[in-house]
Amino acid sequence: MTAMITASDLNVIFGKGADRVHAVRDVSFSVTEGTTFSLVGESGSGKSTVLRALSGLNPDWRGALTVAGKALTPRRDKAFYKLVQMVFQDPYGSLHPRHTVDRILMEPLAIHGLSDPDRRIEQVLEEVGLGPQFRFRYPHQLSGGQRQRVAIGRALILEPRILLLDEPTSALDVSVQAEVLNLLQRLKAERGLTYILVSHDLSVVAHMCDELAVMNHGAVVEAMDVGLLKSHQPNHPYTRQLMTASLGYDRAAIDRFEDFGLSE
Amino acid sequence: MSDTPLLTVEDLKVDFPTRKGLVQAVRGISFSLGREKLGIVGESGSGKSMTGRSILRLVSAPGQVSARRLEFDGIELQSLSESQMREIRGQRISMVMQDPKFSLNPVMRVGEQIAEAYRVHQNVPQDEAKRRALDMLRAVRIRDPERVYRAFPHEVSGGMGQRIMIAMMLIPDPDLLIADEPTSALDVTVQLQVLAILDDLVSQRGMGLIFISHDLSLVASFCDRVVIMYAGRVMEICDAKNLSAARHPYTRGLLNCLPKIDGDGSDLPVLRRDPEWLEHGL
Repeated sequence: MTAMITASDLNVIFGKGADRVHAVRDVSFSVTEGTTFSLVGESGSGKSTVLRALSGLNPDWRGALTVAGKALTPRRDKAFYKLVQMVFQDPYGSLHPRHTVDRILMEPLAIHGLSDPDRRIEQVLEEVGLGPQFRFRYPHQLSGGQRQRVAIGRALILEPRILLLDEPTSALDVSVQAEVLNLLQRLKAERGLTYILVSHDLSVVAHMCDELAVMNHGAVVEAMDVGLLKSHQPNHPYTRQLMTASLGYDRAAIDRFEDFGLSE
Repeated sequence: MSDTPLLTVEDLKVDFPTRKGLVQAVRGISFSLGREKLGIVGESGSGKSMTGRSILRLVSAPGQVSARRLEFDGIELQSLSESQMREIRGQRISMVMQDPKFSLNPVMRVGEQIAEAYRVHQNVPQDEAKRRALDMLRAVRIRDPERVYRAFPHEVSGGMGQRIMIAMMLIPDPDLLIADEPTSALDVTVQLQVLAILDDLVSQRGMGLIFISHDLSLVASFCDRVVIMYAGRVMEICDAKNLSAARHPYTRGLLNCLPKIDGDGSDLPVLRRDPEWLEHGL
């Protein structure tokens, strides 16, 4: 098994002087081809920032990143985006409101100069479970789940090998979340994709991933195999607290919650 | 729990006339509430928020609210004038909204906003109101109430903002609190800490709480009873602790499609919607 994505000693710092925020601190991980790796944490833990550094949306980082054996530079070429695509959290914000589904899907094809766009658009709509009747609709004519399917279709139409998923279902109802998670699992199996999934929801992570890293205040507190999470046996007290919290309301357990600050 | 319910809702309907015809957001629902924690659960568009808003007469035009009975503590809310309704709103029934960012006045110090909520209903001097506001900030477990009193909303975190909202809503000491997704924008641990504060205040003051949420498993562990809504109708009302034994296919479907931490990673069951549910509510 080869490592598809690696990060070593990744650091991201925003701002200067008093406004300096060390958002990602010495994060290292490696993702095997064909598996799902999850970054879990609460808001402000730096999990999305790692993903944005990896995807090229945030060029200001230090450390080493590799994808498919090649070291990444702050600026990326077209070939990189053919290989790596991203799905964002909010399908209400990530689709152009005045572009039809057809135009949304056409744009990546035009940028990369791919042949036979008609066939590709029809095929990708089919694959994400939307029929050809959705092709000429506008985003406001679609439900949240249908929009997220379009966003997944837009990422897949370039036939990438890696999908970066930033909270892909947290804006959706649970019944729609189940459909989208099933779709992502099916596509991964069919195409042998590699996923990095960022989420705050431990049960979604346990369902989707093979390995995970728990982040707090920019640093990885614990990296583990999903088996450890499923058997309710994480080692770090912060992970255990997150797990207790995701199991529901328990008045007595809440009084035992601690504040996990920066550990320098 | 007393025998006479604090709130009785019978055949509540909320309609929105549009160019394409009447949109029925709530289609005749009934429930009652004692001094307990009642959860209203449903997906987006199920009418759960409209139910909460219509109790306080906060549904804005062109929405039309009608009910056979909308009785709070022996008072028929529909018969009250707008000024009588203002006496009830805030003082006897209050509401916490989802996002503190949009519910607090951005150019007023949070402490002054809390004190204002008190002075609207009680004729007290300013320093008395300030003292009460600081007490209330302490009650929602804000560590440094003097500093937070002087802070502006943009200077506090989401969790703290939501505690400030709760302090503001509880300072007139209402009998009924309606909380519309009060913690959905917060991290899980902060969410539970805010719920614990609500829980303690509800049990100490003997308030009734209507907790509106999309999160079935959270409601099941937090509330006493749960109302399950779908497409403006009540599908099922059951005791929260028996939710896992719920019978209605919609409730079962919602429970089954949640991924579980110790699940086996196979495909999640997908909810199949029965058109029958639109016709027959409880």
